[in-house]
Amino acid sequence: MHKTPRQILGISVWYLIAIVLAIVFAGPFVWMVSSSLKPANEIFANPPILISPNFSMKNFEEVFRQAPFERYMFNSFLVASTVTVVALILHAMAGYALARLEFPGRRLIFIGIISTLMIPFYTILIPLALLVKQLGWLNTYWALIIPAIPHAFGIFWLRQFFLGIPQDLEDAARIDGASRVGVFYHVALPLARPVMAALAVFFFLANWDSFLWPLVAANRADMRMVQVGIQSFTGEHGNAWEQIMAASVIAIIPTLLLFFSLQRFIVESVKMTGLKG
Amino acid sequence: MATTKPTTVEAPVRGGVRGWLGRLSGMDRDRLEQAVVGYAFVLPDLIGLLVFIVGPMFMALIISLSDWKLVGEPQFVGLRNYETIFKDPKFGAALGRTILYTISFVPAVYTLSLGMAVLLTRRSRSNNFFRTVYFMPVAMSLVVAGVIWRFMFDPGNGLINELLAAVGLPTSQWIGSVQSAMLSVIIVSVWKSAGYFMIILLAGIQDIPGDYIEAAQIDGANRRQVFWHIILPLLKPTSFFVLVILTINALQAFDQIYVMTRGGPAYATYTLLMYTYEKAFREWNFGYAAAMSVALFAMIFVLTLIQVRYFRSGEVKA
Repeated sequence: MHKTPRQILGISVWYLIAIVLAIVFAGPFVWMVSSSLKPANEIFANPPILISPNFSMKNFEEVFRQAPFERYMFNSFLVASTVTVVALILHAMAGYALARLEFPGRRLIFIGIISTLMIPFYTILIPLALLVKQLGWLNTYWALIIPAIPHAFGIFWLRQFFLGIPQDLEDAARIDGASRVGVFYHVALPLARPVMAALAVFFFLANWDSFLWPLVAANRADMRMVQVGIQSFTGEHGNAWEQIMAASVIAIIPTLLLFFSLQRFIVESVKMTGLKG
Repeated sequence: MATTKPTTVEAPVRGGVRGWLGRLSGMDRDRLEQAVVGYAFVLPDLIGLLVFIVGPMFMALIISLSDWKLVGEPQFVGLRNYETIFKDPKFGAALGRTILYTISFVPAVYTLSLGMAVLLTRRSRSNNFFRTVYFMPVAMSLVVAGVIWRFMFDPGNGLINELLAAVGLPTSQWIGSVQSAMLSVIIVSVWKSAGYFMIILLAGIQDIPGDYIEAAQIDGANRRQVFWHIILPLLKPTSFFVLVILTINALQAFDQIYVMTRGGPAYATYTLLMYTYEKAFREWNFGYAAAMSVALFAMIFVLTLIQVRYFRSGEVKA
């Protein structure tokens, strides 16, 4: 099909804009990886060097020698996955009860839960820190895990999902003699798998990336989560940018893997959390 | 649509409670079971929310009414902390910077992400590729984003300055100077968020029925007219949501600022949350910091109400 010059110009401009934006968004990733593989004297080379002829993994070895990054990663993995699993179980239970079970006060409880969404984290930061200190949880996994679990948002989304399950499915199971718990476990929960997967990605990323609370609650060297670890490494290694970039690459490998393998779910979770809010 | 799709459900093992419930009549038994299971299912999350969110919220109010420092007993001082806030020039300045950050960040992200969503509305392979690329910063934490950009914004030979110099544009001190530090922080925040909100706006645009757009095109509307008169008005609920979330996010920006500038140089990026954090966890002045956090909460609350009002009134007009 022939295109008019005007159309060709339009398409060219479109591609130009799209590509420039792509460079802006992907560039920092490329530069981070590139710099992490360079020797120190090439970091600020002029003109910039994209692929160093002296390419090596030395910076990564150095990072692990200088700071316990394996420990930071372990802490983040443990905290993020525990929070995700426990939160999903509890939120599914609460969401199911609020959607499908009749009991006195249900509406009131639901409104109460939803209104906690208005409370911003920074307002409760100070009391939460004092509470955690009172409990003797500072610099423990408890401090990192337990306060991160309760969140109205997950309850709300699972409730919305459970509201949409056809009554027939439940009735069929009830006639077969299933208890309410049985219906939840054998009928509702399997249907909720896609929603739970999207929420799981969301919870995991949110906890892996969280910074302010881990900074306040667990800043002792062996209890740091990876974001706090990066921050302290940056503070201690001033201008060793090749090492700081290597540390950054280490910190985002898990999220990048998650991003590219589960992109569909991530996009779903963004749409879900974004729309109809 | 109610389906009558046959399902196979294994009958679960009868629990102990069921045996006890068996003695009640059918109707009562089911109501009791629903209540027992209902409360048991809601309780763990409810306790969690009460202990770790609602309780601390009330605690914040109480702490804000007291003189509470690291050492010594907390003392009730009434509204004195709030009076101090009004007289504190550092609070006023931090509030000003927070507002400056917000009114730059929110329109910038909204415009950019809407532009990207419009650019990539059509479903095609190349659009999918670009979407993935624009969305990539979502895979990165704000901390890492801040670290990388701090490196690229190096006032000496950072990548950005070298690229600017290469094409003959003036270089900048970026996070190194009072004039440009805030701009640098805003650029990073916009870069980090645009792809995320692009996905939300894109979903909103794709929800608009194709018929509307086709009808307008048959009536001779060009692309620009379709955007201004069809897409933008119909996208209003999504836009509203995005703007509210962006404003709330902007007023609590912390990670990237902490990592890039720590509020400097010379307080140029010292926002309210930075100030609150330092008051609480550097100066250990919990009372005053809590009062500031409550004040910030009140501001966000009022601002959100205004935004809701504004968009509601717009709906009536449309």
